[in-house]
Amino acid sequence: MDTFVQQLINGLTIGAIYALVALGYTMVYGILRLINFAHGDIYMVGAFVGYFLAFQLGYATGPSLVGLAVVLVGSMIIAALVGMAVERFAYRPVRKYSRMTTLITAIGVSLLIENLFVARLGAAPRAFPQLLREQSYTLFGNAAISKSQILIFAVSILLMLLLQWIIFKTKVGTAMRAVSFNLNSAKLMGINTDAIISITFALGSGLAAAGGVLTAQYNPQIDPLMGIITGLKAFVAAVLGGIGNVPGAVLGGLLIGLAETFVVGYGQNIGVPSTFRDAVAFAILILVLLFRPTGLLGTTVQEKV
Amino acid sequence: MPSLGKRILAAALIVLVLIAMNAYMSDEGLFGFGVPPYFARVIMLAGINVILAVSLNLITGFTGQFSIGHAGFMAVGAYSSAYLTVYFGQAWERSLSGIVGGTVAHIVIFLIAIMVGAAVAALAGLLVGIPSLRLRGDYLAIVTLGFAEIIRIVILNIDKVGGATGFSVPGYTNFLWVGAFAIITIIIVYNIVHSDMGRALISIREDELAAEAMGINTTRYKVLSFVISSALAGMAGVLFGHYTQFLSTNDFQFIRSFEIIIMIVLGGMGSLTGAVFGAIVITLLPELLRKLPGDASKYRLVVYSAMLILIMLTRPQGILGTREFGLSWLKRSRKRPEGTQPAGATGVSIAEQGKPSSLDEKKEAENL
Repeated sequence: MDTFVQQLINGLTIGAIYALVALGYTMVYGILRLINFAHGDIYMVGAFVGYFLAFQLGYATGPSLVGLAVVLVGSMIIAALVGMAVERFAYRPVRKYSRMTTLITAIGVSLLIENLFVARLGAAPRAFPQLLREQSYTLFGNAAISKSQILIFAVSILLMLLLQWIIFKTKVGTAMRAVSFNLNSAKLMGINTDAIISITFALGSGLAAAGGVLTAQYNPQIDPLMGIITGLKAFVAAVLGGIGNVPGAVLGGLLIGLAETFVVGYGQNIGVPSTFRDAVAFAILILVLLFRPTGLLGTTVQEKV
Repeated sequence: MPSLGKRILAAALIVLVLIAMNAYMSDEGLFGFGVPPYFARVIMLAGINVILAVSLNLITGFTGQFSIGHAGFMAVGAYSSAYLTVYFGQAWERSLSGIVGGTVAHIVIFLIAIMVGAAVAALAGLLVGIPSLRLRGDYLAIVTLGFAEIIRIVILNIDKVGGATGFSVPGYTNFLWVGAFAIITIIIVYNIVHSDMGRALISIREDELAAEAMGINTTRYKVLSFVISSALAGMAGVLFGHYTQFLSTNDFQFIRSFEIIIMIVLGGMGSLTGAVFGAIVITLLPELLRKLPGDASKYRLVVYSAMLILIMLTRPQGILGTREFGLSWLKRSRKRPEGTQPAGATGVSIAEQGKPSSLDEKKEAENL
């Protein structure tokens, strides 16, 4: 029972991170029908921005809650700006072209960010400074939950509630929903779609960056290629939940996190090597796309000729 | 159609050129002229990349199915043939030399290895293609990526082919093989494109629903072109493996698939000559970057990605678009079967803004 609870906690922890990143994917897909391949790299950028902020602002010396808050918010803001810049300069000009062109552009941006960081910073992992005084609490006997895990839960729940509020209780959120429903109609209703698209990118990138900083706190090794696999899994999470569907992204993220942890945790007894951890997400993706391509909470859209 | 005599002459000429180039690139050189092994290596890799680019162009450029897992099929071909040559090659060659002599045995063994590599890769293409090809562009891309990764991870866990430490493979490849198969690949794809099947593929690329409505079995053609494309990639994998004489799954990561993608994007996705051109340019690029001062070579991938984005922003159809650059008698005697619009600009645009044309305006009006 203890291992089960432990696996549950660990699974939900990574699941929460996947959920944060998946939200960005799903929001951008909802309004632009574009899979933002570069989103996973925004997650990485968030972690690195946090890293540099921590050192520049002098918080790297010792654990400090204020430092953590500043680094978190700071990296979210900077990542939001990066996301908006990417949209403005790379995606907006190719919006009028075919899907394949935009897809290729997205891949190009993703690789550009990754390789720029590798070329300038080196591919070797760096240690993210400990901004939280690490401590472990026991639950239900032998299961342990660490402070950084609690932090992840707390911050991600807070951010998701914030996002929910923005989307449903503000004018901007209503505009976002309108744009994702039908871009042209939204334009006709006087909504500045370009601005809304930028805001969507900003929100998604901010969430991803938060995920990056939180992960860096939990697992202090950061490297320029950490966004690839997490980004891919978060994408699978978004697809699993129904791409374009915000609660779906959260559900998908948690499910992928749990699935991954349980398969590796219990699979070791039946001979599944732990290197298959990443394959779990891909396997889920293939199953979802084969049997329920619209995802768990998605709706089928008829293709009109 | 050129006469049979002319065609035989052309074939003989090509074979002679290949033999000459092969001798030129070998250690002894041709009549005393040789190239440094460095150049020879670049030429060999260019040849292999040509096969990869042309085969990917078949499925992505001509059929419009965006596959970014090509390296996976290359890996399948490389490893399956390597399994044969490493564990059975020596024995077979010995017994065969007794009957037909050393060189012929050598040729036959490698030919078998290539066929096996292609066949296994084709099978992999079938297994990947059947479930995936019913998906739309973005999803298909992710799924092919996923499958390529799964293939790689599975191969990584097979100890008989080296696993994580890599696999040493006998060196069968020389330029004769690479050149010959590059030409064979080009001929195969050219013939497919200029046939009924080619027209079906292009119609699928242009408008799948319309093609289906015209009675074309889109699934069948998509899977078929995917399988052929994978088989050719497998062939390239065999040649690659037996050239580098060392196989490691690190050579078949997503970055390899991406390199092939950028080759055809650069050259123009609907163009055979474009694919060849793109392959050669991308093979040469790292070498050119090496000439630059400083540590510019680590920016190779940054240059690729920046290039890709710039191409998409300024000329998404690539350098040649869907045009071919060929000998004039080829152009005059054959009608070009491709659609009139460049591959990059077809299809429904994302925000349904479309290019300013009356047809698109009508579409927009209808959608509201």
